[in-house]
Amino acid sequence: MPDKVLMKGNEAIGEAAIHAGCQCFFGYPITPQTEVAAYMSRRMPKIGRVFLQAESEIAAINMVYGAAGSGVRAMTSSSSPGISLKQEGISYIAGAELPCVIVNIVRGGPGLGGIQPAQSDYFQATKGGGHGDYRLVVLAPSSVQEMVDLVQDAFDIADKYRNPVMVMGDGMLGQMMEPVEFKERKPAQLPSKDEWKADGLKGRKEHHVINSLYLKPEELENQNLKMQKKYAKIKNNEVRYEMYNCEKDVDFVLVAYGTISRICKNAIKLLAEEGINVGLIRPITLWPFPEKAFEEVIDKTKYGFMSVELSCGQMVEDVKLASNGRKPVYFYGRTGGMVPSPNEIADAVKRNIGGAK
Amino acid sequence: MENRIRIFTGHFGSGKTEIAINYALKLNNEGKKVCIADLDIVNPYFCTRDEEKFLNDKGIRVIATPKDLANAELGVIPLETLSVFNDKSYDVVIDVGGDDKGAIALGQFNRYFREENYDMYFVINTLRPETHDVDSIIEYLYEIEAASRLKVNYLVSNTNLSYETTVSQILNGDKIAKEVSKRTGIPIKFTAVREDIASEIKDHEFKIMPIHIFMMPPWRKFEE
Repeated sequence: MPDKVLMKGNEAIGEAAIHAGCQCFFGYPITPQTEVAAYMSRRMPKIGRVFLQAESEIAAINMVYGAAGSGVRAMTSSSSPGISLKQEGISYIAGAELPCVIVNIVRGGPGLGGIQPAQSDYFQATKGGGHGDYRLVVLAPSSVQEMVDLVQDAFDIADKYRNPVMVMGDGMLGQMMEPVEFKERKPAQLPSKDEWKADGLKGRKEHHVINSLYLKPEELENQNLKMQKKYAKIKNNEVRYEMYNCEKDVDFVLVAYGTISRICKNAIKLLAEEGINVGLIRPITLWPFPEKAFEEVIDKTKYGFMSVELSCGQMVEDVKLASNGRKPVYFYGRTGGMVPSPNEIADAVKRNIGGAK
Repeated sequence: MENRIRIFTGHFGSGKTEIAINYALKLNNEGKKVCIADLDIVNPYFCTRDEEKFLNDKGIRVIATPKDLANAELGVIPLETLSVFNDKSYDVVIDVGGDDKGAIALGQFNRYFREENYDMYFVINTLRPETHDVDSIIEYLYEIEAASRLKVNYLVSNTNLSYETTVSQILNGDKIAKEVSKRTGIPIKFTAVREDIASEIKDHEFKIMPIHIFMMPPWRKFEE
């Protein structure tokens, strides 16, 4: 195969998972992520791995629970309504501390919503979704190449911390085509799964048990405290972000993730032509949120920050927490599958910095 | 002599839609009365129907899923599609969804294709991972013929890496397409090349069709 190929985001997710050693894919079709499952259905049997179209999203996530419990790399993918259905399973997987990858190619909501691109699952992904004190690491690529890289990273992060990792992209990222490369990757140093995986006795006397049920409150509290320590470690180690045009003093800083960040870059170029200097913080990890990126620009930005989203301000509270009242925080977004043009974003910037003057 | 009805098929993501739109524009430029039918029931985004206004303004009739239903989760083929077979005053371009799954949409029109000759094109991009060699391309070609119950008459060599395409990639793609042509006996009708690099290919064995790119995410449209 040529070094560089042209792939749709959804296909690239599948191929990246295969490169990462994903042994089992369980899915269920839903627009705009169906091509992930379609790609896996064609590729996985050819290389002797498991593709299974489950009878529902709920079944698919519980199949991931089982496969991950046996120690293999497993993945499922869906889009917003389907991810809602998976939440119980995700909570169980987090509770049982199993590594797996969940892909959400987000469409408009709430409810059945629509099939056009959106980012309105931010709360669901970063603040719970399922029940209990758990966290997902949430990775948000903005190009098909970054999707390829982050899906592979997601498997490593999941194994490193024994925690589910979500890769979240809007529908456009799933549907668009870009050149991609599957670069040679150094194998990550990861903890062995021998201590916990439920793959038969293998000469041991005690069974490994995969479980998230604790009959003694002391034990459940201990489990929660242990998990909180793990999340603190993730917050320390795994934060990722991109800073764009933030080297010098700026009038304003946009905060945007995923494909909308690319439109923000267009808007920044438009604004520069008018002498308005605007930077961009692009969170790559949505959880842990890149608070330290804000430290780098908090004193440099004259009028503060603006969260730009394909949702109704779901990221605003994280931007506010990160800027901690030191600079104003504004919001601009479109929803329902409507995607703003660079001009619309530039106008929103001008409105807000005009107001701040 | 070309047949009145041209059908563009190929592997998912091979570039059928771009070529179909460009082909419709070419026929339009030749002064023909043109209709383009979007039968893509596979793709939810980046479809011919997205360019409906532009094409209408050029005087090209667009038959596509009605706007109200374009975002329904199942592809819808409008009843109006039948008119491309009945109204013979039109030169017709049919944009079909990718793979055998997309080609199924053609099957229902089989009785019309038996009554009138057609040109069916099979679009090849050798920089798509699943059609990077001769065997895999031929596998897709036969699957599409079986699903559509139609025969491919021409190959279109459309090797590209979107905005990163180089001339050497195009020439290499042509080599593979030529081998497909040799093995199947289906001639190559033209090589499609992005319009901004088309002049870089000289004295080419196949006809060059410069194409303008329409299917772009918003930030690339802005950069154009």
